[in-house]
Amino acid sequence: MNSLHAVSSEVPLVWYLILSAVLFCLGVLGFLIKRNLITVFMSIELMLNAVNLSFVTFAHQWHEVKGQIFVFFVMVVAAAEAAVGLAIIIAVFRARATLAVDRIDLMKL
Amino acid sequence: MHLVLFIIFAALCLTGAVNLLFQKQPISSALSLVVVMTSLAVLYLLLGAEFLAAAQVIVYAGAIMVLFTFVVMLLNAGREERTLGSRAYRTVGFPAVAAILAVIATSFIKLQGFGDARMDDHITSTADLSTVLFTKLLLPFEVTSVLILVAILGSVALARKGDAEGREPK
Repeated sequence: MNSLHAVSSEVPLVWYLILSAVLFCLGVLGFLIKRNLITVFMSIELMLNAVNLSFVTFAHQWHEVKGQIFVFFVMVVAAAEAAVGLAIIIAVFRARATLAVDRIDLMKL
Repeated sequence: MHLVLFIIFAALCLTGAVNLLFQKQPISSALSLVVVMTSLAVLYLLLGAEFLAAAQVIVYAGAIMVLFTFVVMLLNAGREERTLGSRAYRTVGFPAVAAILAVIATSFIKLQGFGDARMDDHITSTADLSTVLFTKLLLPFEVTSVLILVAILGSVALARKGDAEGREPK
C-alpha cells in the first residue's frame, strides 16, 4: 500500500521532457503538412510552447529560477512575434487574396 | 495525485496538438491550440511554476490566441485545401521529424540523476522570480520593453493600408 502510494504520487521528470519532445515534433509536422499560412504560424507557436515546457522542467530539476525567467522572456518575444507575424499575414492577404502557402511563393509582392 | 493530473493533462495536450494537425478549418486549429496551451499551464503548475502558469493562460491562451482567432475571422479563412505538396518533403521531411524525435527522446531518457516531481515539491513564488528578474536581469527586462515597442510600430506599419509614403489607396 505504501509503495503503491509512492508510485502514484510522483512522476519522473523525464516524462515531462518526453512530452515536450513529442509536442515539438508535432509542431514540426504541422509546419510541414499544413497548407494555410495561419495554421503554419500556429505550428510555430506550438513548437515554442514545447520548448518552454522543457525549460520549466529543467528549472524544476535544478531549483533554478533563471530557467523560469527565460520562459517569461520567450513568452514576451512570442507575443511580439505573433503581432508582427499576423500583420505580415494581413499584408500578404491584401496583396495576394489567398492564404494558401502554395500560392505565396514569390518574395516580391 | 500528481501522476493522475499529469496523465490527464498530458493526454489533453497531445490530443489538442494532433487535432491541430488534422482539422481542416483554421478556427478549429486555433481552438485546439488553446486547449494545448491551457493544459500546459496546468503542467507548469504541477512543476511549481505558479507565475508562469498564470502568464501562460493570460498571455498565450488569452492574448495571442485572441489575436489568432481575430485574424482568422478578419481574413475569413475558410477550409484549407489539401495539396500533395512536393515529393521532397515526404521523402525527407517525415523521416527527418522521426529522426529528431528519436534523437531528442533517447538523449532525454539517457539523462542521469533526473529526479521525480511530487505534489509537495517547492513552489517558485512570484516573489522569488521577481527578485532575480528585477535585480540581476533588469537590463534584459528593460530591453524587452523596447522590443515590444518596435513590434507595435512594426505591426501597425505592416498592417496599415496605403503605401510607404502614407498615401491612402485610391
